[in-house]
Amino acid sequence: MTLEKLKPGTSARIARIDWDALPPADAKRMRALGFEPGVEISMAHHGVFGGRDPVAVSIGRMTIALRKVQAAAISLDAA
Amino acid sequence: MSENFRVALLGNPNSGKSALFNKLTGARQKIANYPGVTVERVAGVLALPDGTHADVIDLPGAYAFDASSPDEEVTRKVVHGEFPGEAEPDVLVLVLDAGNLEQHLVFAQEVLALGKPTVVALNMVDMAERDGLKLDVEVLSKALGVPVVETVAVRRRGLDELKAAIAAARPAVGTLVDRPRMDATERRLEARTIAKAIVYQTSKARRIGDRLDNVLLNPWIGPLILLVLLFVMFQAVFAWAAPLTDALDGAAGSLGAWVEGAMPESFLRDLLTQGIIAGVGSVVVFLPQIIILFFFILVMEATGYMARAAFLMDRLMAGVGLSGRSFIPLLSSFACAIPGIMATRSIADPKDRLTTILIAPLMTCSARLPVYAVIIAAFIPQRTVAAGIGLQGLVLFALYLAGILGALIVALILRGTVTKGGATGFIMELPRYQLPSVGDIAIGLWQRAWVFLRRAGTIIFSATVILWLMLSFPQAEPGESQVDASIAGHIADGLNVVLEPIGFNREISLALVPAMAAREVAVASLATTYAIDAKDDEAEAEGLASTLSQRWSLPTALAFLAWFVFAPQCLSTIAVARRETNGWKWPTFMVGYLFALAYVFAGITYWSAVALGL
Repeated sequence: MTLEKLKPGTSARIARIDWDALPPADAKRMRALGFEPGVEISMAHHGVFGGRDPVAVSIGRMTIALRKVQAAAISLDAA
Repeated sequence: MSENFRVALLGNPNSGKSALFNKLTGARQKIANYPGVTVERVAGVLALPDGTHADVIDLPGAYAFDASSPDEEVTRKVVHGEFPGEAEPDVLVLVLDAGNLEQHLVFAQEVLALGKPTVVALNMVDMAERDGLKLDVEVLSKALGVPVVETVAVRRRGLDELKAAIAAARPAVGTLVDRPRMDATERRLEARTIAKAIVYQTSKARRIGDRLDNVLLNPWIGPLILLVLLFVMFQAVFAWAAPLTDALDGAAGSLGAWVEGAMPESFLRDLLTQGIIAGVGSVVVFLPQIIILFFFILVMEATGYMARAAFLMDRLMAGVGLSGRSFIPLLSSFACAIPGIMATRSIADPKDRLTTILIAPLMTCSARLPVYAVIIAAFIPQRTVAAGIGLQGLVLFALYLAGILGALIVALILRGTVTKGGATGFIMELPRYQLPSVGDIAIGLWQRAWVFLRRAGTIIFSATVILWLMLSFPQAEPGESQVDASIAGHIADGLNVVLEPIGFNREISLALVPAMAAREVAVASLATTYAIDAKDDEAEAEGLASTLSQRWSLPTALAFLAWFVFAPQCLSTIAVARRETNGWKWPTFMVGYLFALAYVFAGITYWSAVALGL
């Protein structure tokens, strides 16, 4: 499963991140914010109306907003 | 050349760095907590306990030296002494959010690896404690090998200790400590280890912010709250300010009357009453409205809500090829396009950034407010449409909306043509909610008020005086109107050939020229023109609004409003766009397309209004 499919209020561990699928600048920023395999991540909020884009995730003690296309590059361990 | 040693504040975005800077230096600086607000170079002087002084600069927040946005690049260059014209700092003050050490310690490793004299300010310890974190400062200091001071910037806690530590860190020339260099992964692992070691107690206390976000970021209620908030903001600008505006207006009127009575009839008296008091006075009366507008923007920034607004707006912005990150510069542009355009430096993607710069002038800045306000007061009846919603406020809201819609459409077109490029992402930290400090908001408001009054005292003052002179010379022959005979009248006659088809009269043509200096001068110019024109009439005593309502048709007034929604009428904005895009190409493009839009839409408005028989 990938991150954007995670239900709000649930958490999972990052299994792998497809860095090559992300634009280099996005990858750089995400690394700087602590996205990496093994890290616990939870879905905090879905975006406006039915579109659920962007999403807000909790990582460490931060809440980070990102788009579904970026979240789709993050694969999660099966719970 | 100052002999002071140089201190630089740096840290992650949202570390409370700017608040700390304010308290250290007393400098007047805007504080906000969305990533990337500190894009200007902000400097101040710090008085040290031993009586000496240090020059302090507040560097833009950065997640890493490996820069991914223009403002992070500034931080990297300054710290490495590579920024042209900026001396390398002697002492670094590294600001860390005590509540988010695992993250903030990553950049800390990178900073400490430089080996420069460094002091760590462990900031916002009160919020960390509230979140149930207990921290051991001794352990942190030992792990990092530099002094660590606990601070709570907003409560002035730890400031004296920090100053003493900065003074003690003051280096002998060229002392660098050798530290091991690590790669990004090693830094993160190290950060985690240190954070684990010093955070000796955590409780699972649910943070208040989470509960707030459940409402404010709710997919359905969230956008509605944002819309209501923006609507209340624009209603407040009109409703709350009215008594103060009236009072200022009355004061300007009495001052004019007093001067009129106290001085013998002379050239100087006319210059004072018709030129300066009528012109500058008509702009200064809008001070209360501008302060109310900035109050809302400052509070939204200081509480952390602004980043939520960006989150909520991202979907809409994505639709026109931008991201929620552009929302912050664009909302700031409602106050003034200059800080708005400068705030685009936090947008990493160059095409995204350029598009945002190009559409920023379409956001209704506070300088347009006086123009809108006077026309609305003159032509839109003061009627209540529904409970608590006035027609005047509604029209103002519609004008703002017209600017926003125009900006979105222009962005869509630009992204498909001149600023075509790959889709950009949206990655943004949502900072913790904070109660804004009254003092910081007050400082922000004072700065804005001061900037506005200084403009009134300089640009608007000189534009008004020049216009008055051009209107008063050469003197009219008996039987001829003064405005017809004057130099300005002749210039306006020329312009009017182009502007008449869209319903503008000669007074408007006349007002548009000095309004290039600053938009609000249009109001001052109209006031001066009609004051001179009314010299013989008894109409002088009346306010500008009532003069206009007698002399302009409704279609003309509406066309004038439409013009101001689009027209590029402030030289400072053009200048800052040139600086931020490194050349004249894009500002020229911007001015061209804005004038074209203004002309077309003023025309459409005028012709439709006439056709509808308004």
